[in-house]
Amino acid sequence: MTTPSDLLYSETEDELRSAVRSLLTDRCDATQVLARAESDAPHDGDLWKTLAADMGLAGLLVPESLGGQGATHREAAVVLEELGRFVAPVPYLTSAVIATETLLGCGTPAADELLGALASGRSIGALALPLSTGPSASYAEIEEKDGRLTGRVTAVADAAAADVLLVVAGGGLYAVETASDGVTVTAQTPLDLTRPLAAVTLDSAPGRLLTADASAAVRRGLRAGAGLLASEQLGLADWCLTETVAYLKTRHQFNRPVGSFQALKHRLAELWLETVHARAAARNAADALATASDEAPLAASLAQAYCSPVAVHAAEEALQLHGGIGMTWEHPVHLYLKRAKADAIALGSAGAHREIVAELVDLRAP
Amino acid sequence: MSDAAELVRRTQEFLAAHPPASTAAEAFLEARFDAGLAWVHYPEGLGGLGAPRALQAVVDAELEAAGAPPAVGPSLNGIGLGMAAPTILAFGTEEQKRRFLRPLWLGQEIWCQLFSEPGAGSDLAALGTRAVRDGEDWIVTGQKVWTSGAHNARFAILIARTDPDLPKHRGITYFVCDMTDPGVEVRPLRQITGEAEFNEVFLTEVRIPDAHRLGEVGEGWKVAQTTLMNERVAIGGARLPREGGMIGPIAATWRERPELRTRDLHQRLVELWVEAEVARLTGERLRQQLVAGHPGPEGSGMKLTFARLAQQISGLEVELQGEEGLLYDDWTMRRPETVDFLGREAGYRYLRAKGNSIEGGTSEVLLNIVAERVLGLPSEPRTDKDIAWKDLSR
Repeated sequence: MTTPSDLLYSETEDELRSAVRSLLTDRCDATQVLARAESDAPHDGDLWKTLAADMGLAGLLVPESLGGQGATHREAAVVLEELGRFVAPVPYLTSAVIATETLLGCGTPAADELLGALASGRSIGALALPLSTGPSASYAEIEEKDGRLTGRVTAVADAAAADVLLVVAGGGLYAVETASDGVTVTAQTPLDLTRPLAAVTLDSAPGRLLTADASAAVRRGLRAGAGLLASEQLGLADWCLTETVAYLKTRHQFNRPVGSFQALKHRLAELWLETVHARAAARNAADALATASDEAPLAASLAQAYCSPVAVHAAEEALQLHGGIGMTWEHPVHLYLKRAKADAIALGSAGAHREIVAELVDLRAP
Repeated sequence: MSDAAELVRRTQEFLAAHPPASTAAEAFLEARFDAGLAWVHYPEGLGGLGAPRALQAVVDAELEAAGAPPAVGPSLNGIGLGMAAPTILAFGTEEQKRRFLRPLWLGQEIWCQLFSEPGAGSDLAALGTRAVRDGEDWIVTGQKVWTSGAHNARFAILIARTDPDLPKHRGITYFVCDMTDPGVEVRPLRQITGEAEFNEVFLTEVRIPDAHRLGEVGEGWKVAQTTLMNERVAIGGARLPREGGMIGPIAATWRERPELRTRDLHQRLVELWVEAEVARLTGERLRQQLVAGHPGPEGSGMKLTFARLAQQISGLEVELQGEEGLLYDDWTMRRPETVDFLGREAGYRYLRAKGNSIEGGTSEVLLNIVAERVLGLPSEPRTDKDIAWKDLSR
């Protein structure tokens, strides 16, 4: 038997969680998130600055020698649990995890330089692929000619907040400043209001080559993203459960708290059990990524295959068990449902990840 | 005695004094008990050293590495080790502890459990077996059911009603019953698998000395809670390698027999594989929490998952077999010593797993327990709380 992963939270990780949670409690309550989602500035730039620059969380995955914190995926996963719990509209998964991990996979001076900027929070990066792209999926490439890039990518998460896009073109990976001529970022109307999507159109836009072989770096970025997305999904599911349990203790019908009805208690107990399992799967993925284990691809896909449906189920149960109030725009549960449903597509569906698992553990399709 | 290094040293000293190669197994185990290395978290003189429970693993590893004879495990005396022993430890008199724990741990005396009755399953506290005081004895009459191992057992833990005029939880007392006493009749109870793992036990005017009572008269429900809590801990505790459980045989069949594969079966198999692996990791996480000294409430849910997965996986396995799924290995009425899921065919696993969501607390009751004790949801309004047991509807 291989050594089991460390599936617990360390004291440092618990402290990190408290710090992030207390910041988000102050600065990112449901009313604020809802108001922002409908505004012209759907990303919370000030909150991002505090998280990324002041608290140094954007650089958790980046070695100190490159300007980061030299921490691991375990700590980043804890941050994502809390961001999921608050459906926080900040580009953490996209910039501090996916773009960062993709750049780490390049290992070139140009990529390292950009890593420093992302780690410090000075710049926000986004991998210019549809958010739905999983670690084993194929994707369309942009046309490249003499370092000029032309083409269009849709459903790019957090592109509107990004300073730099990582673009796959002609087999290589390029850095494209969003402020450059020839770059248009047009917001799309997203299902998930708290993770804005945009179409990126490049028309002979100038690109800086980061690596001539994008494939391995991109897969690495998407795999880390998928593995850590499970922690966001866990935090989201945990909020749905906690909030619904609290509501069912106070809501009375038929002269009883509705939480005393067995039909509802069983549903919540089942949901609790799902979150217990989701936590084991998510911690396993974070630990496998942190230790660069050979099992990391399996752990990441296992976590996605399990946690995606759990988050959706949690949000759907939360809505139903809140009754009519859960159907209103005013109540935050819809923000969680929309995030959960979008997360279930993001970085490969549960089904896509099950196919990866089947391949890795030699359970071949007919 | 909270130090792993100190325990390693003690174990090595013990091994030096009792070399496994030249010591008879039974003598070795007796000496191991007397040295306090049987269950280190038990008190000194009762097979332990008053050490943290987690340190038992340290001792076991040393003993195993030295080729020591294995202790009689939970497969033979599960009720004794997992349920009777912790209850005796918590509620027994000094004399009871000294009398019962040593032969129990050594496997010289097997234990069974006389709790469930035909009329008291999920509502165990409604039990009707009567115990009436007669001088220094109690006279016990009633019927118990689902008693595994009763035909091999020397002793039973028994709960019986001592006061029918009190509400049901308050009139129960906890006893140790000698299964060799006159008036104890054990009949095999054949199950849907064909075999008889369990028994019905008929108690007809069985005399139990008052010295075999555990806890106070009327406190039996409280004592039984300790027993039942330990039952669930025991069920959630084992550590498995990947594919170590029910998913193992179906995965092996899938790999070995490509002619059985269909797209539909593949999808369902991989879904269950994912769930089984996540459940295994959850068990591992639970174990890590225990070792770190922070047990969480997660254990109370593991039996639910174990039962559901065992049923779904074995159901799929029968279906995967195609024509062979129409056959059954053996309907012979037997009395197995242990439940061996992996030693039989898929059809047996499918049928036996049906019991997993009933035995040791039905899944429905366990969901209530999770909802009320873990999530803090209110209980259903109760109609039986303040009524004398004898006036309950039945």
